[in-house]
Amino acid sequence: MSDAPALSVKVWRGREDGAFQEFAVPQRANQTVLDVVTWIQRHLDPTLSYRFACRVGMCGSCAMTVNGRPRWTCRTQVTVVAGDGGLSLAPLANLPVIKDLATDMTAFFEKWQRAGGRFRPTGTRADEFASVPPGTPERRAADAGIECIGCGVCHAACDIVRWNPDYLGPAALNRAWTLVNDVRDAGGEARLAAVAGDAGCHACHSTESCREHCPKHINPTAAIAGLKRATTVALLKGRL
Amino acid sequence: MSGPLTDAVRSDLRLWLAQRASAAVLAACVVVHLALIIYAVRGGLSAAAILGRTHGSLVWLGFYLVFIAAVAVHAPIGLRQIVREMTGWRGRSLDAVAAVFAALLVVLGVRAVWGLFA
Repeated sequence: MSDAPALSVKVWRGREDGAFQEFAVPQRANQTVLDVVTWIQRHLDPTLSYRFACRVGMCGSCAMTVNGRPRWTCRTQVTVVAGDGGLSLAPLANLPVIKDLATDMTAFFEKWQRAGGRFRPTGTRADEFASVPPGTPERRAADAGIECIGCGVCHAACDIVRWNPDYLGPAALNRAWTLVNDVRDAGGEARLAAVAGDAGCHACHSTESCREHCPKHINPTAAIAGLKRATTVALLKGRL
Repeated sequence: MSGPLTDAVRSDLRLWLAQRASAAVLAACVVVHLALIIYAVRGGLSAAAILGRTHGSLVWLGFYLVFIAAVAVHAPIGLRQIVREMTGWRGRSLDAVAAVFAALLVVLGVRAVWGLFA
């Protein structure tokens, strides 16, 4: 424990029509935003709802809006983001709120399915392991986006998702692009068709909010640009 | 042509591609056009002097006809998309208005360029 003054933390309570509730939380060294939320739930209000699992930036469960920006809270240090006004914590934007800081991510993951985010194998278990050399352009393109943890930060940061709730969004399109570049995958034109059009990659205005906010430093805008190129080539070759 | 896309989405993709292609043409045309304006203004050319140079010039006629064609493709597709994103207006009525706007750009543009040429 330190003698530092308590941190002022405003936390969203309720659903869409809720309100912020203020808490005073003791400051500690190396404290993360998730530590703060957990402290509130354990010491001040056990009814506070939020979601987390791994606490080490792997699972993608704990993303919230921190002082107006979507962030992964388990890897966000309080001292880095808290201004003079302390912390303001809200659920992720662009998703329905279940309660307090927990959003319903069903629509987010349904978009992954709609974008053809499921691997379609070409081989069978009778085949040898596929050899995918790390230096090939396809492998490099897939590697650039493969570390996505599905936290929903890019989806919450995207203006296009806010304007058009049907838009597949950066995470689902990034996933589709990794599979388009997976030489073992048989998704082909069906996946390109799934990501084309007004609710797909062609809706992206390349404002790069996804790249700016992604905690894994992935660039979904580049993936979406790749999908635009791939759909264009397929269209011109008469395959779409 | 048949493929996994619906006709409506395939048509949208073609419009998207046409807008990109016309943007590439416009990028070159606008640079030439701006350079020409700066040259004419800084050189102190009078309207009569400008008309004297453009009159009967097939090069300038051709250049500005390409410019008009690119504008007439680019602008209506962009406006149609802005309307579709910002409002709920979609479908054939919007496509028709965009087509009329494209025709208007062609008519007004050709009229102006012909005035410089003839």
